[in-house]
Amino acid sequence: MSSTETTFEKAAPAAPGEPGRALRPKRRFPPAPVLNLAALAAGLGIWALLARAGVQALPGPVAVGKRAAELIADGTLVVDALASLRRVLVGFALGTLLAVPVGFLMGWYPVARGLLEPYIQFFRTVPPLAMIPLAIVLMGIGEVPKIFVIFLAAFLSSVVAAFQGVVGVDRTLIDAARVLGARDGTVFLKVVVPASAPFILVGMRIGLGSAWGTLVAAELIAAQEGLGFRMQSAQLYYDLPTIFVGLITIGLLGLLMDRLLLLAERRLTRWQETR
Amino acid sequence: MNPKISFRRVSRTYPLKDSVFTALDEVDLDIGDEEFVTVVGPSGCGKSTLLSLAAGLTAPTGGEVLVDGEPVTGPGPDRGVIFQQYALFPWLTVRGNVEFGLKLASVPRAERRRRAEHAIDLVGLSDFADALPKTLSGGMKQRCAIARAYAVNPRVLLMDEPFGALDALTRVRLQDRLLDTWSRERRTVLFVTHDVDEAVYLARRVVVMAARPGRIHSVVDVDLPYPRTEAIRLSPEFARIRNTVWQAVYHQSPAASAL
Repeated sequence: MSSTETTFEKAAPAAPGEPGRALRPKRRFPPAPVLNLAALAAGLGIWALLARAGVQALPGPVAVGKRAAELIADGTLVVDALASLRRVLVGFALGTLLAVPVGFLMGWYPVARGLLEPYIQFFRTVPPLAMIPLAIVLMGIGEVPKIFVIFLAAFLSSVVAAFQGVVGVDRTLIDAARVLGARDGTVFLKVVVPASAPFILVGMRIGLGSAWGTLVAAELIAAQEGLGFRMQSAQLYYDLPTIFVGLITIGLLGLLMDRLLLLAERRLTRWQETR
Repeated sequence: MNPKISFRRVSRTYPLKDSVFTALDEVDLDIGDEEFVTVVGPSGCGKSTLLSLAAGLTAPTGGEVLVDGEPVTGPGPDRGVIFQQYALFPWLTVRGNVEFGLKLASVPRAERRRRAEHAIDLVGLSDFADALPKTLSGGMKQRCAIARAYAVNPRVLLMDEPFGALDALTRVRLQDRLLDTWSRERRTVLFVTHDVDEAVYLARRVVVMAARPGRIHSVVDVDLPYPRTEAIRLSPEFARIRNTVWQAVYHQSPAASAL
């Protein structure tokens, strides 16, 4: 875009000192953060109006804010959030920790790929939530089945990314390392791992998304605390403000974790050519 | 004098669905120590296969490739390779790329630094030592790749259409720079190209190849003195040799009559 402008400026017999200023498009829109905030404010306003109009006994932002303050004051929200976060992070960490070597194995050794791929592809089509009944029967109702289901969700989404990353490594980069004297192990650590890092990080973000998404359902398995459990019990008492607090907390925490991973991704893959 | 690189009745075939593709058919070629040889020919003549065999990235299906009299069994740091697509590690800086091979050879840190500096200086990238490849132009990337190959001090340099992706002016500049570094630090160079001018300008001998099956059509001696200059590039003698090579490349008799 800017190059076209430059060409125009050069072509037009512009007055010296003011090269083609008139041709440069004026910025008509406010910057994105302003638009984001405006949208947020508008959303809150509409929500408040709907609540005031009495739609479905909807609690307004103020009521939800009060409830949030109460839940924070008596410690419930923090306990719930920490319990949920712990499950998501443990499941996610185990999932990606296993996904990276498995994905690499599949990408690097055709035999491993042939053996593992049918299972990966099959379980990828089964929603992790559908595993919950089985998980309860096999693992009881403690922390294990919850973390297992989250682990499965995270693992399945990131294993494919890691695998794709390894398969997609530029062949000439591997050759370049080999002619400089690198053996298989070194090629793997110094070329394959860094070259597939961008894929793995994208896979981790998707994995985190699915882990977080599986959480609430996982917490339906007889949990004693957790954001999903809190919402579930609030449902019994028709406690809409608490449900809203739970939803908003889940959204905010998910957003925060995603941004953190995005930041890590940007830092670690700064070397990538942008197209 | 013993040749640095010898191809002895080297063949390379690739199995196809219901036939066999012969990329190289019983090629014999000797390249002397510190000689600059270019290989030119139409696409599919197996010139890149020839280079890949010398690098040890491809194994011959017949005959043998010898470097210093020893059969090539795989790639090694004694033979540096420059790829057409640069093949720089994009996550490493220029310096990181150049030090890559030195690290593999466990060269101590101070020594590594010194040798990398020297190689980077040789290709004129000192001001960009800490830049990432994505910030470099095509010509600079290829210079970085050349520095990376030089740093491990290989006796043989194998170059696979290294300047093929560059614009004409950059190409000519890099040719001059390559000859300049070669005259200061002599190595055996096997340089594959599809550009007849480039082949004649750089080499002491031009190997012209023919396709289907890939084989050597003829070898043309370039009796022009080094250092090569613009005057040489514009001389009638250059034009004459260039003509000979051009005829050999583009007016090849269809059958394998060269044998």
